[in-house]
Amino acid sequence: MRALGKYVAAALVTGVLGVGAMPAATMAGEIGPKVPIDKSKGSCVLPGKEMRRVHMDILKHRRDLTMYQGIRGGKQALEACLTCHMVKDEKTGKPVTVASPKHFCRVCHDFAAVQPDCWTCHKSVPEAAVREAMIGPDGKMKASMMAQLRAFVQREHGGRK
Amino acid sequence: MMDQGARDKTASGQEVSREDELNEARRAFMRNIAAASVISLGGGLTLFTVGGSQAQAKKPEEPLDPKKRWGMLIDTTKCSDGCQKCVDACKQENGWEAEPHSPHDVQWIRKVNVKDPATGFMMSLPVMCQHCANPPCVDVCPTGASMQRADGIVRVNMHICIGCRYCMMACPYKARSFVHEDIPEEKKRFHAPMGKGCVTSCDFCAHRVDAGKIPACAEACPEGAMLFGDLNDPNSALSKRLKGIPSYQIREDLGTDTGIRYTRLP
Ligand code: HEC
Ligand code: HEC
Ligand code: HEC
Repeated sequence: MRALGKYVAAALVTGVLGVGAMPAATMAGEIGPKVPIDKSKGSCVLPGKEMRRVHMDILKHRRDLTMYQGIRGGKQALEACLTCHMVKDEKTGKPVTVASPKHFCRVCHDFAAVQPDCWTCHKSVPEAAVREAMIGPDGKMKASMMAQLRAFVQREHGGRK
Repeated sequence: MMDQGARDKTASGQEVSREDELNEARRAFMRNIAAASVISLGGGLTLFTVGGSQAQAKKPEEPLDPKKRWGMLIDTTKCSDGCQKCVDACKQENGWEAEPHSPHDVQWIRKVNVKDPATGFMMSLPVMCQHCANPPCVDVCPTGASMQRADGIVRVNMHICIGCRYCMMACPYKARSFVHEDIPEEKKRFHAPMGKGCVTSCDFCAHRVDAGKIPACAEACPEGAMLFGDLNDPNSALSKRLKGIPSYQIREDLGTDTGIRYTRLP
């Protein structure tokens, strides 16, 4: 299955498979889903072309480094991947979780029918991003959040006294 | 970043996601407070607990130092019945929930009250993974998932855990638990992943220790009853303290050589 997947991955890159299957090709001559890329936070661990083929190996290598050697931080940390590759919902502005097909890690995986089990344990949005959505630059909870909290407390406990 | 209008729209539209957001907000709020107290503790390089323990900084990108052995001294005279601050801090940091005495909920640390039936003497103490030097859970694991790091921290490598639960049977301290249910996204904590079908346990807050911080329980203890440090370093506050007073291991007779020691155990 793994070996077959490699061919699929290669096929995605070279465009051998699925000609015309996807409406939106990223670059001229390339077939595959359109991956949302935000280059504003810096470059990837490796150039994009290589990442497509080896990201799973990078992740698994890194995973062992963290488990056995306690190595953390840097671009290869899972939280870093998810921070740079965060996709925000157009309507709410909140980072999408893997429940959404728009999540960076799902775009290709859905296309290639790969289902890694990582998200049964791992959170699919970085916590810093969630915090950023809730807490303003002044370190205080945003007014809109406070209003929602108040409304929640009112709804849950207001009528009961 | 989002604008207020967009946020309110979801607020009225989706009940569930709104509650999730609120829960997340509460957590983020708590974390902010926690973060503030960490900074005031000493800038992140050398940290001091209330009791004056010192965790030697490891930079996040550095590998483990095999010369270290992390341990803890718990002073049960300072620990009172009813205080759950260490347990609450652990739940907050590592994202688990448990009803007291539930047979199936995930549990990393618990408060235990013990009574000497002969005299009526009572005491209360926190019990978590004892980070044994000879861990029975590691001996019995068929896949190598139950592991001991070079710095003495015992934890589960969940990536290769098959959920057989031998380690739970082998542990004399009932420190491990099995995750029976899926953990919803909003309850997950980024630095303490756990999921259905795997065993999980206290990892001495490895993600914090690896970045030069002390475990969340030790940081939260209002009495400074939990002194975290390097057992192998004779100059650590922990070693110095251990040298001066009698301390005990739970079930010392088993020869597990625990990293967690208690003082004033009967
Ligand atoms: C500092 C920001 C940053 C980090 C950290 C980062 N990436 Fe990237 N990633 C990018 C950028 C920018 C691109 C586009 C690069 C290009 O097109 O050459 C990219 C491209 C990719 C691609 C190829 C997408 C495509 O189809 O072109 C994959 C897959 C990928 N990253 C996975 C990962 C993984 C897995 C991690 C964590 C180990 C990670 N990235 C960490 C910024 C980042
Ligand atoms: C450019 C498309 C693309 C993107 C973006 C992408 N992947 Fe993949 N990924 C693939 C393909 C194709 C495979 C299957 C190749 C294989 O099985 O070897 C794969 C396989 C994997 C595997 C191995 C699965 C297995 O069963 O061995 C992991 C783990 C993985 N991806 C993680 C991620 C994560 C995490 C992200 C998001 C940060 C991500 N991928 C983003 C295309 C992508
Ligand atoms: C059964 C639960 C579980 C599953 C499933 C799981 N992980 Fe993990 N993962 C963990 C735990 C626990 C850690 C250690 C976290 C820590 O110490 O901060 C971890 C750590 C990691 C790390 C290192 C953390 C970092 O900062 O970079 C990576 C990378 C990683 N996992 C990748 C994966 C990938 C890829 C998958 C899917 C193929 C996966 N994991 C599936 C539990 C899991």
